[in-house]
Amino acid sequence: MSAALFEFLTRMGDNTLVLGHRVSEWCGIAPVLEEDIALANTALDLIGQTTLWLSLAGEVEGKGRDADALAFHRDVWDFRNLLITEQPNGDFGQTMMRQFLFDCWHVLYLDALRNSSDARIAAIAEKSLKEVTYHFERSAETVIGLGDGTEESHRRMQAALNRLWPFVGEMFDSDAVDQEMIAQGIAPDPQALRPAFDAKLTDVMAKATLAIPGDDFSHAGGRNGARHTEHLGHMLTQMQWLQRAYPDATW
Amino acid sequence: MVKPRPTIETIWGWLADVPDPEIPVISLVDLGIIRDVCWQDDDLVVTVTPTYSGCPATRIINLDIETALHKRGIASLRLERQLSPAWTTDWLSDAGRQKLEAYGIAPPQPAGGPKQCPRCQSPDVERISQFGSTPCKAQWRCTSCLEPFDYFKCI
Repeated sequence: MSAALFEFLTRMGDNTLVLGHRVSEWCGIAPVLEEDIALANTALDLIGQTTLWLSLAGEVEGKGRDADALAFHRDVWDFRNLLITEQPNGDFGQTMMRQFLFDCWHVLYLDALRNSSDARIAAIAEKSLKEVTYHFERSAETVIGLGDGTEESHRRMQAALNRLWPFVGEMFDSDAVDQEMIAQGIAPDPQALRPAFDAKLTDVMAKATLAIPGDDFSHAGGRNGARHTEHLGHMLTQMQWLQRAYPDATW
Repeated sequence: MVKPRPTIETIWGWLADVPDPEIPVISLVDLGIIRDVCWQDDDLVVTVTPTYSGCPATRIINLDIETALHKRGIASLRLERQLSPAWTTDWLSDAGRQKLEAYGIAPPQPAGGPKQCPRCQSPDVERISQFGSTPCKAQWRCTSCLEPFDYFKCI
């Protein structure tokens, strides 16, 4: 098996798993029924995509681990998600800002992955992109609506952007795993996607009347597992509780 | 004496009787998710594509296909999942679109929104939410008769 390919696939699957779980935390408590349903549906798409990515990761690894084993039987240090996906929901505005920033990157990355030299990866990307394009439309519209909304909603959206901005840079980091994926034509160079990301971001933030922070500092450590934020461990105690208490339980 | 095995056409006919578990007014064939039916030696292989990657109905759909075909005497059946080309609402049959509308679900339109209210046929409609009760639907409202209704998303 290729260690780098497994690593790459867990990055993809852990992004959608962790964000999918985070978004699902809104189920039943969102501000209005329509948003509750929209958030739950978004979470469902992401968890569905997780199954595709992590099943393939398990297959590539060849140690008999399936998507469930990877999702529920690993601890914090084995997760390879971007740090932004594990950040707490905060208020509805912060959740939608996190979704927008992630969707904006996700659309571009999946679009490039459709040309992957690995047909299995290209197929998952093609399938996911349709769903994620829809997520992006909604999160962009919501960010614009709330940013260019009332004084209160504008203030909250600006605070959300300021809070999450230091986690954007990690999306475009590149390491040895990326270099191997690029060399094999499996995945794009994350850095190459930055101009397109900035163009989308600038457009939406202008419409939302929000100011993009000037500070370029960015956290790192999620996608290579070196250092997650303290939030992921707490999230896993909820997400993995049943499997930790009763390993391999079925019903 | 060896019993002749059913033709592929016959099997498509059987599958056309299997309803979608979430929207039982249309069949799996109407929905366009059965991509291929063929014999490989003595195994019947049915290729199915998911509508949405997280759709919880996917497992039930597979179970319903197995149940329907086993009932017709198919002993050896294999279901294969195909992701690419990704499912599109363009594959929804014309009959399926008509059945959806008669049932009160506006069929998908390339323009991105319903053409008319499925109840009173008024073209005056507005969107309530991009999402709905299942991954494949969105919520809209008719501003003439004021009824909310489901719209089958166009993807």
